[in-house]
Amino acid sequence: MNTNVRRAAAATTAVLALAVLATACGGPGGDDDAKTVTLVTHDSFAASKSVLADFTEKTGYKVKVLRGGDAGAAVNQAVLNKDNPQGDVFFGVDNTLLSRPLGKGVFAPYRAKGLDKVPAGLQPDSGKHRVTPVDTGSVCVNYDRKWFADKKLDPPRTLADLTKPRYKNLLVTEDAANSSPGLAFVLATVAEYGEAGWQGYWKKLRANGVEVVDSWEQAYQDRFTGSRAGKGQGDKPLVVSYASSPPVEVLGDKHPPKQAPTGVAKGTCFQQTEYAGLLSGARNTKGGKALLDFLLSKRFQEDLPLQMFVDPVREDAKLPRLFTEYGETVDNPRTLAPKKIADNRERWIKTWTSLAVK
Amino acid sequence: MDLARREVTASPAAPPVGTRARAGTRGPWVRLALMGVPMAFFAVFFGYPVLAIVSRGLRAGGHWHLDRIGQVAGDPDILQVLWFTVWQAAASTALTLALALPGAWVFARLDFPGKRLLRALVTVPFVLPTVVVGSAFLALAGRGGVLDEWFGVRLDTSVWAILLAHVLLNYSVVIRTVGGFWSQLDPRQEEAARMLGAGRLTAWRRVTLPALAPSVGAAALIVFLFTFTSFGVIQVLGRPRFATLEVEIYRQTATLLDLPTAAVLTLIQFAAVAALLSVHAWSLRKRETALRLVPAEQTAHRPAGAGQWAVLSAVLVTICVLTVLPLAVLVLRAFDGPDGFGLAHFRALSGQSDSATFTVAPVEAVGNSLAYASVATGIALLVGGLAAAALTVRSRPRPGAGRGPRAADRLVRGFDALLMLPLGTSAVTVGFGFLIALDEPPLDLRSSWILVPLAQALVGVPFVIRTMLPVLRAVDTRLREAAAVLGASPLRAWREVDFPLVRRALLVAAGFAFAVSLGEFGATVFIARPDSPTLPVAVARMLGRAGESNYGQAMALSTLLMLVCAGVLFALERVRTDSQGEF
Repeated sequence: MNTNVRRAAAATTAVLALAVLATACGGPGGDDDAKTVTLVTHDSFAASKSVLADFTEKTGYKVKVLRGGDAGAAVNQAVLNKDNPQGDVFFGVDNTLLSRPLGKGVFAPYRAKGLDKVPAGLQPDSGKHRVTPVDTGSVCVNYDRKWFADKKLDPPRTLADLTKPRYKNLLVTEDAANSSPGLAFVLATVAEYGEAGWQGYWKKLRANGVEVVDSWEQAYQDRFTGSRAGKGQGDKPLVVSYASSPPVEVLGDKHPPKQAPTGVAKGTCFQQTEYAGLLSGARNTKGGKALLDFLLSKRFQEDLPLQMFVDPVREDAKLPRLFTEYGETVDNPRTLAPKKIADNRERWIKTWTSLAVK
Repeated sequence: MDLARREVTASPAAPPVGTRARAGTRGPWVRLALMGVPMAFFAVFFGYPVLAIVSRGLRAGGHWHLDRIGQVAGDPDILQVLWFTVWQAAASTALTLALALPGAWVFARLDFPGKRLLRALVTVPFVLPTVVVGSAFLALAGRGGVLDEWFGVRLDTSVWAILLAHVLLNYSVVIRTVGGFWSQLDPRQEEAARMLGAGRLTAWRRVTLPALAPSVGAAALIVFLFTFTSFGVIQVLGRPRFATLEVEIYRQTATLLDLPTAAVLTLIQFAAVAALLSVHAWSLRKRETALRLVPAEQTAHRPAGAGQWAVLSAVLVTICVLTVLPLAVLVLRAFDGPDGFGLAHFRALSGQSDSATFTVAPVEAVGNSLAYASVATGIALLVGGLAAAALTVRSRPRPGAGRGPRAADRLVRGFDALLMLPLGTSAVTVGFGFLIALDEPPLDLRSSWILVPLAQALVGVPFVIRTMLPVLRAVDTRLREAAAVLGASPLRAWREVDFPLVRRALLVAAGFAFAVSLGEFGATVFIARPDSPTLPVAVARMLGRAGESNYGQAMALSTLLMLVCAGVLFALERVRTDSQGEF
């Protein structure tokens, strides 16, 4: 009997110890709620430390960053944690996913300072201010300049060009069901050819040898001839990537070339805008509002391009030299209303999968 | 890793019934008490989160909507996924056995220099994150890979890539499970058969094969289980054309947020995994036969004759192509910097950049990983060790004793299988489950660092149990009783008798839990905090950014991870010198 009691006691103690250990070190923001503001975001979020330090200096709040996987997974986690959020502010929901958190009431309204400097076209939720636009960029077909020069071939410029025989078997794109640039490219074709025509376009593109791979990493790093990470092992001179990819290829170069090694087919672009919002039920609402203001401030906006390779939404934010010198401006990228995307996304992806993958 | 090892190595001499009678009626309750911690751990950190995410999908308005199960299971797309999941697992298992069984023989029966190093090496892929293994495999057999350049062989577009990558991952499972057992099989039995006039083949077929069959079966089951739930490999090599159940669960949860469908798929996978595990448990019990086993060192010899040399070289070539080459390519890429070969990428890792992608220098991920894995190992040892101890206490109810002990026995044995369930559960189910289940004080752990080691410990526990169980069972209870008679308290008896005997097994279990924790990626990616990323998370984050430098640094970090894993595994090889150890 004695042994039993002892062992049971030991077991109970161990469980308690584990629980105490867990909670003692746990508790979100348990370390001084009032001084910390928690930003929930995705894996790709990046900001200069000095910029975040400025925020702390100005407002007294320390920023704690929580990341939850890729953009889609992070948004879904925010939706699942509605009303009992992990943090105060969420950053990183784009226009292709925006309707999901808005429909579930994940965000509390707040009008961030500096919103008047943002073009109205980037504010789909303008009446209610549940989300604040933070950055924007385009998903476009990128081409390898050298490859096309060697072949004495003009690179494609529009979506229609991509179905021409001379560009047969040259394009690699990503799985729209799994990758955000892949989805954006499909949406570009929907925006261009409409509900009636986009499926026909993809049949032609398929016949012209478009290849679909799982992720942007695979498409860009492994398959694209123009990316230096691939060490010249790639086999596709056309890839669906970002309008900001060419400057990144030059980044850190000791002998910067005159021109980026890759270019952008400007007639193939779809605009992606990323939003941030105050999470409803946030513990530190005041700090969250201050952080939203900061995300729209000139300081943060000018830091964005070289950290996340996107464009600022503020019209008066200056672009870094790398972007002005090697970047390309896409004047009229296609776009679709978030509601339209939300209503049709699953159906489009399913149809697209049967057209392009199977 | 060696989940399928025999549970009884040397059948302990059964103590006389009389002396055990008192303990017999008490045994089951002691077992239940010991099970307290593992049960609590499992319930809070696995059962509850998984139940929460499944019920979020299938419960609405206080009712379970089980009709969804029929709808989802009848969907032709889902049926296709199910079919692919089953057949690729079967094919991968067959291929793994075909390629690894000769290897098992070589490791069991032959002695050659570098054997330990090689055995550690083939296990490295098993504990590396599958993302890394996938990219290593692409570097070998993908487009522009080594095989493509030398022979024009490319496998990345076919299902062969998936099958071969599965072989690469699971090769060591067969080597360790079958090879470990084979090495302790007394060769004199086969010799005796030959002496009695049987031909070489007949002797092998009638003596060795029947003895070996159960361990081959167990290895096959485990490989099937791992490939049935394959995720990373399919993600890197198979998407978008191929999807397993696990990949589909991820897609439905993380991308589409279709929780009802994900819940149904999770239940289907549970059912399949539970069925596999119960077959496994049943075959384990069947294998508890009294075979004459001898220490491994006595059975291995230097290769003799052209035939043995041929098998040895064939196995070495297989290992080279399958394991060494992909890993070597990975290492090469890590050193292939912008200015030719050098340490540029490694140096970049320790550089402090002014970016909050990593609020710490990437190389600090090594330190984080080691710290997390240590805590995870501690938890896994505590939970797994207690579970193994509980499973060891044998109850031998007196004839005619009530049903109580028997029922408790069955409960405990069922729980043994239950503790293996995390191995067959989608990481996204656990990760998302953590988020919605552990969100209320006192268990609001969503942003706590402890979540990471907890998730890692979930996969570490089964390894600890499998390692500890056979050794604990082999401890002669009479030693304990003798200590008690001499006046030692139970704790002292444990310290003086059990501990010295199981210390080595404990060390091996710790090593394996550590290596597996180090490589855990699936659940960690959702919960690792940015100021302290683990190695695999840092690798994935770098692979996700453009530019040569990030790619090179990802490879450099993978190399570091590989070195740490290989180091731990090699250390284990040095520990396994007694007749018990198979690691």
